[in-house]
Amino acid sequence: MDLLAYSAVELSAAIKEGKTTAVEAMEAVLAKIDEKESGIHAYVTIDREAALESAARVQKKIEAGELTGPLAGVPVAIKDNMCTEGMLTTCSSKILGNFIPTFSAEAVLNLEKAGAVLIGKTNMDEFAMGSTTETSAYGETKNPWNLEHVPGGSSGGSAAAVAAGECFFALGSDTGGSIRQPASFCGVVGLKPTYGTVSRYGLIAYGSSLDQIGPLTKNVSDCAAVLEAIASHDSKDSTSVERDDTDFTSALSADVTGMKIGIPRDYFGEGLDARVKEAVLAAAKALEEKGAVVEEFDLSLVEYAIPAYYTIAAAEASSNLERFDGVKYGYRTPEYEGLHNMYKKTRSEGFGAEVKRRIMLGSFVLSSGYYDAYYLKALKVKAMIKKAFDDAFVKYDCILGPVAPTTALRLGESLSDPLKMYLGDIYTISVNLAGLPGISVPCGRDAKGLPIGLQLIADSFREKTLIRAAYTYEQLRGEFGTAI
Amino acid sequence: MAKQYETVIGLEVHVELATKTKIFCGCSTEFGGAPNTHTCPVCTGMPGSLPVLNRQVVNYAIAVGLATNCEITQYCKFDRKNYFYPDNPQNYQISQLYLPICRNGHVDIETADGRKSVGIHEIHMEEDAGKLIHDEWEDCSLVDYNRSGVPLIEIVSEPDMRSAEEVTAYLEKLRMTIQYLGASDCKLNEGSMRADVNLSVREIGAEEFGTRTEMKNLNSFKAITRAIENERERQIDLLESGQQVEQETRRWDDAGEYSYAMRSKEDAQDYRYFPDPDLVPVYISDEWLEEIRSSRPELREEKMERYKREFDLPDYDIGIITGSKRMADLFEETVAICSQPKKVSNWIMGETLRLLKERNMDAGDIRFSPENLAKLIGLVESKAVNSTVAKEVFEVMFDEDIDPEAYVEEKGLKTVNDEAALRSAVEAVIDANPQSVEDYRGGREKAIGFLVGQTMKAMKGKADPGMINRILKELL
Repeated sequence: MDLLAYSAVELSAAIKEGKTTAVEAMEAVLAKIDEKESGIHAYVTIDREAALESAARVQKKIEAGELTGPLAGVPVAIKDNMCTEGMLTTCSSKILGNFIPTFSAEAVLNLEKAGAVLIGKTNMDEFAMGSTTETSAYGETKNPWNLEHVPGGSSGGSAAAVAAGECFFALGSDTGGSIRQPASFCGVVGLKPTYGTVSRYGLIAYGSSLDQIGPLTKNVSDCAAVLEAIASHDSKDSTSVERDDTDFTSALSADVTGMKIGIPRDYFGEGLDARVKEAVLAAAKALEEKGAVVEEFDLSLVEYAIPAYYTIAAAEASSNLERFDGVKYGYRTPEYEGLHNMYKKTRSEGFGAEVKRRIMLGSFVLSSGYYDAYYLKALKVKAMIKKAFDDAFVKYDCILGPVAPTTALRLGESLSDPLKMYLGDIYTISVNLAGLPGISVPCGRDAKGLPIGLQLIADSFREKTLIRAAYTYEQLRGEFGTAI
Repeated sequence: MAKQYETVIGLEVHVELATKTKIFCGCSTEFGGAPNTHTCPVCTGMPGSLPVLNRQVVNYAIAVGLATNCEITQYCKFDRKNYFYPDNPQNYQISQLYLPICRNGHVDIETADGRKSVGIHEIHMEEDAGKLIHDEWEDCSLVDYNRSGVPLIEIVSEPDMRSAEEVTAYLEKLRMTIQYLGASDCKLNEGSMRADVNLSVREIGAEEFGTRTEMKNLNSFKAITRAIENERERQIDLLESGQQVEQETRRWDDAGEYSYAMRSKEDAQDYRYFPDPDLVPVYISDEWLEEIRSSRPELREEKMERYKREFDLPDYDIGIITGSKRMADLFEETVAICSQPKKVSNWIMGETLRLLKERNMDAGDIRFSPENLAKLIGLVESKAVNSTVAKEVFEVMFDEDIDPEAYVEEKGLKTVNDEAALRSAVEAVIDANPQSVEDYRGGREKAIGFLVGQTMKAMKGKADPGMINRILKELL
């Protein structure tokens, strides 16, 4: 059997059964990388030697019975905004082009403990700012289903790597849809957990109050297993939540009998591609036939989510990115006169256009005289959006809708029109503003064969509801096919 | 007639809190240490690091707030103050703007003009920055982040002070209160207490405040007094010559006794304050407040009253002893061992103060233990050593904290109480000094002093002068 046809959990089981080894799995992944990477460019950094060495080490531990978990021996790719001790971590930016962290992100450590084996770091929009992976300073990633198209973003490298078989699963981060949207575009499963479920320690911040790390996987079972491994309370992250319900794999049952699913009419209005709409509603129908109670409702406030999000995320980013100044680490301009000139030139040369745009936007909304009018108002909108979801979850167990208005755009299409790119986030960002969990599951393809994603949203701490609904749908849907 | 001016002063006082670890990470706050050895990813602003609040910082801030009659903000938050400077690794300082932990307090001060109350506008918590060192030789700047993240509180007064005396009294009062709470050692010279002076002048009777300046780099009470006098004169001179006072930040040069403008209001930065999303709001419950309130240590005024009541010491001595928490602690702990308050007080008021002055030390630098002081008092009481020897032993103890009993034993300093030995020494002195013996017998009482001294010298100081005196009189 082709090893790459295994899911992450299946691979680990096969390794434990002695059918294959962690080293063979890594070799298969590296061979696939050799075959595909020049066309897709999912990775910024690949460390073959280290990957094979740690695969061998993990294999020994599995044989010794020291590693028994469902991810032991499985090759994993990490988005390049998560610190990895001793391995380049660039955020796909020139300004961190030489940055090697002295510690690993908590989520990465959790995966190491589970026995997953790091392949390398995946490409992304620079500092996670973008929805196409085209703002990377190291070149764009291409959609494995069609190389003329974007993989989505900002976790585009992670989604593409999973879709192309260049890893068995990956971690991404989601600030406004950056896991769910590329998962949708690349035909894989992506989950953004409840804010506070996965430690942000070691995640290089974009919008701290919205950022959350989550899995990108081949299927829902893998998604539950990875989330179970990375979710942990971390005293190093003040926003980390202590949960005693992180046994997410226990929710893998194909049963939605009596589950109340709300479909927000606001998510199916103008701008939604007809084929996407059709596929998403067909998925809702399938769940209804399986026993779920599906009805339409008005979520409200949807049109305010984008301005509120871009105000808050940009404000936080403008401050979070101040530390990249050429003084302590990262890029420093080669020639300068005095401190302020060094700051100015380093940051002008080190950051790309989209990052500069958001730093300027964020600095503006926080500046004296505008703080109340923009930043504070955005926080109020955020609270109202949360309230709208709270009201919805009084009636519904989960909310169902599209992930994005369209399938993957052609390369270069949105780069020239940032506003168009921002509008593409309309169905994903309110989930971040409200701190909720959301999942993207493949539910169809458009005329060109590009994947369409189904989004399910649940109340805070109700990932199990999402996993159960998504797993049920996945069983109903059957094989989705691969871009491998 | 020349116009009469009034000085209006408000203070911003930064105090480094005495926590063992920094405000947002587990690094040591210890002063000194090789550069960048008390650092970690958090306090050096490494990408991906996150702050976690040290609860003890909140405890100290609440304690200071309660002792200065502030309202405690039970739902308070941290904000980011954004500005670029290399001593600030994140290029933002975590501070409090919108919801500071304490507000609307006051302290009472006393000067020659009487008692008055100085309002406290607010107290907020924040992190200290690192230290920049310019290497003239290499023409480059280096940064040490050991101090980065050391917890501070900033105490902002109302513009209620009118003279350098009031400022000094206010600062003394704050210093004593905070020292007694154990929240900081408040050393101006080491920078654990730093004061910026906001000063304006106005004609007496005027309703409006004048334009104020902010004075920085004031490292001692003397510097503060000099800077206030100087800035008052400078502003009055400007007004008298028809010019205006510019709102600006000035830096005091204490050696040259002048100040110069650092930055004007026009250069004022927009700090783009906003709530730090990496930290959760601090909710101070009623129980938490009560815990701090009920565990408050005795403050100076209360201690002074108790000393008078319990130990009946003179007001002057009480003032000196309680003038430093370290000294008061030493006093009480020694009294607890030896139950001799007067004797302990005498050692502190006499030899301790003398040596502190001679060694140019602060009471906070006292090294010897109460146990050893109590032992020394015991040696004197039992006449094991005479007072001259005791002072010598004290000096060694002051410098090296030796055990006086062991020291006296080891060095053979014990008073010789052997009657026969003393008698033979006295006889030898009488034989050797016939002139003095004659003088004494001739009615010159003073001559006996010389003979006692000679005997002490022969005994190498280890004798009881009273005993020598008695034997001498007997023999003569």
